[in-house]
Amino acid sequence: MDAIYQLIHAYCPTMPDLLALVLAILLPIAIVMGVFLTVFALLTWVERKALGRIQNRRGPNRVGPVGLFQPIADGLKLLTKEDIVPDAADKVVHFLAPVLVVVPAFLVLAVVPVARGFVPVDLNIGVLFALAVSTASVLALFMAGWASHNKFSLLGAMRGVAQVVSYEVPMVLAAVVVLMAAGSLSSVTIVEAQRGLGGWFVCKPWGFVGFVIFQLCAMAEVARTPFDLPEAESEIVAGYHTEYSGFKFALFQMGEYVAAITMGGITVTMFLGGYLGPGSDLPKIGWLISACWFFAKFGIIVVINIWARGTWPRVRVDQLLGFAWKLLLPLSLVNIVAMAVWHFSPSKLVGWVASAVLLAVAIVALVRLNAGAAFEKRSYRFTS
Amino acid sequence: MSNLLGKGLIDGLVVTAKNFVGSYFDGNRKDRLFTYQYPEERMKLPENSRTFPFLVYDGTPDQLRCTACKICETECPPQCIYIVMERDANGKPLQRPRVFDIDISVCMQCGICAEVCPFNAIKMDCDFERSKHGRFEDLLVHLPELLKSNEYYHQIKSAEATRVDATRKPTKKPAAGTKPEKI
Repeated sequence: MDAIYQLIHAYCPTMPDLLALVLAILLPIAIVMGVFLTVFALLTWVERKALGRIQNRRGPNRVGPVGLFQPIADGLKLLTKEDIVPDAADKVVHFLAPVLVVVPAFLVLAVVPVARGFVPVDLNIGVLFALAVSTASVLALFMAGWASHNKFSLLGAMRGVAQVVSYEVPMVLAAVVVLMAAGSLSSVTIVEAQRGLGGWFVCKPWGFVGFVIFQLCAMAEVARTPFDLPEAESEIVAGYHTEYSGFKFALFQMGEYVAAITMGGITVTMFLGGYLGPGSDLPKIGWLISACWFFAKFGIIVVINIWARGTWPRVRVDQLLGFAWKLLLPLSLVNIVAMAVWHFSPSKLVGWVASAVLLAVAIVALVRLNAGAAFEKRSYRFTS
Repeated sequence: MSNLLGKGLIDGLVVTAKNFVGSYFDGNRKDRLFTYQYPEERMKLPENSRTFPFLVYDGTPDQLRCTACKICETECPPQCIYIVMERDANGKPLQRPRVFDIDISVCMQCGICAEVCPFNAIKMDCDFERSKHGRFEDLLVHLPELLKSNEYYHQIKSAEATRVDATRKPTKKPAAGTKPEKI
């Protein structure tokens, strides 16, 4: 923001101070919104194409070249549809919920450093802000479920709340190791702490485990398959947005999708080294290369998300909560210990081996402890 | 090692990855992307598929096989066929239809007309793109639209048409003003 403010001053010294300040505030917002809304539209298309190929279909291929304009067609269709509000609904809350679901998703983008020197706001509590605000969307989700006055909506909302609250805990604990390593909550400082060959946190044993836990929790947090219980079609129609149509429905879809995108951005920032990469420090074009690096790493997260969605079936409610409380939570606690071992070990090699062994033992032990009762092999009387 | 941690999850990922990559590189249409992109490409319909009846003619459209015997009209379960025999100036019946209408909004595509026809004159078509804008007049198909050549019959159902050709006697009925020709 300050850099843009100074840039405006340098090129148009005659501009009034207030106007320059407003411009300096609005310009990054416009850039971030523009870029990420485009990414959102493109990603819906990419996801549908990829899912189609995974399921031996072609995906959308009718609107525009290879179906590229499909997001526009979808948007127009939803805009022109009738907006239905149930008679028994709480009208005000029913209206507010879709608005509120989009806001936190976009707010998180404020602290994601997309390129070197480009972060809308470099908060000194960036990660805390991101984690706190992204959870706020569950409030909108519950508002939608409650206000719809529909059993399916309410069931979906209850599931959503249980899921987000449960997965918030291991998620924050998985983020703690990154904060310990970087010694800061600022997202830019975290990225800068991952400089050097193999400096990305995902390349370290605690970082890798933290990355896996964080990624799984992020998928659960934004209710993507295989954790999409709040909107499980086969059980509760469409979950909390059963009673929404037209553009309000589109807002829900957009809120979820943008939340998934921003969570991906946070994951990239915290574990994959954000915008860092060869060439990101070049003087003139470094910012462009660093942006490319950011979006390339973001692409990895997208691939993981789509691949997981195309492969794994939806888990049961008890499996979902058990997974969070009985496996991810203890593992993330052990992960913090592993980070401490790494930090206090005399040499790098000792730290590597010690933390890796500790984590491997913990994973095997937790899986053994959580293994369900093995059923004895059935024998049938009349078959050989 | 069969109960390795997360082995099932990885196996699933491998399957979907194979599907994804294979859909770009496999030339084999049967395994991947077997959907026909309908308006541009069509599947060849099997010979036994049937939609609505049509009338077969040999050579030129006035050499139609139908003799207006009205067997199909009487046998048709939903009564969708309407036939009026052609008569000359003296009122003597000629062995061909003046009116042959089929209401395809009533026709139930049973194929009984084709089975009972002693002259192999009426057969079942494979053409399924018969939607029209009007509900009543547009779905009443008249004689000129019903006429299809024997070549067309061979094209859509070659085995059946060849069988029919082998069993058919040379036609006795001369087309108007021509000598009977051998088939």
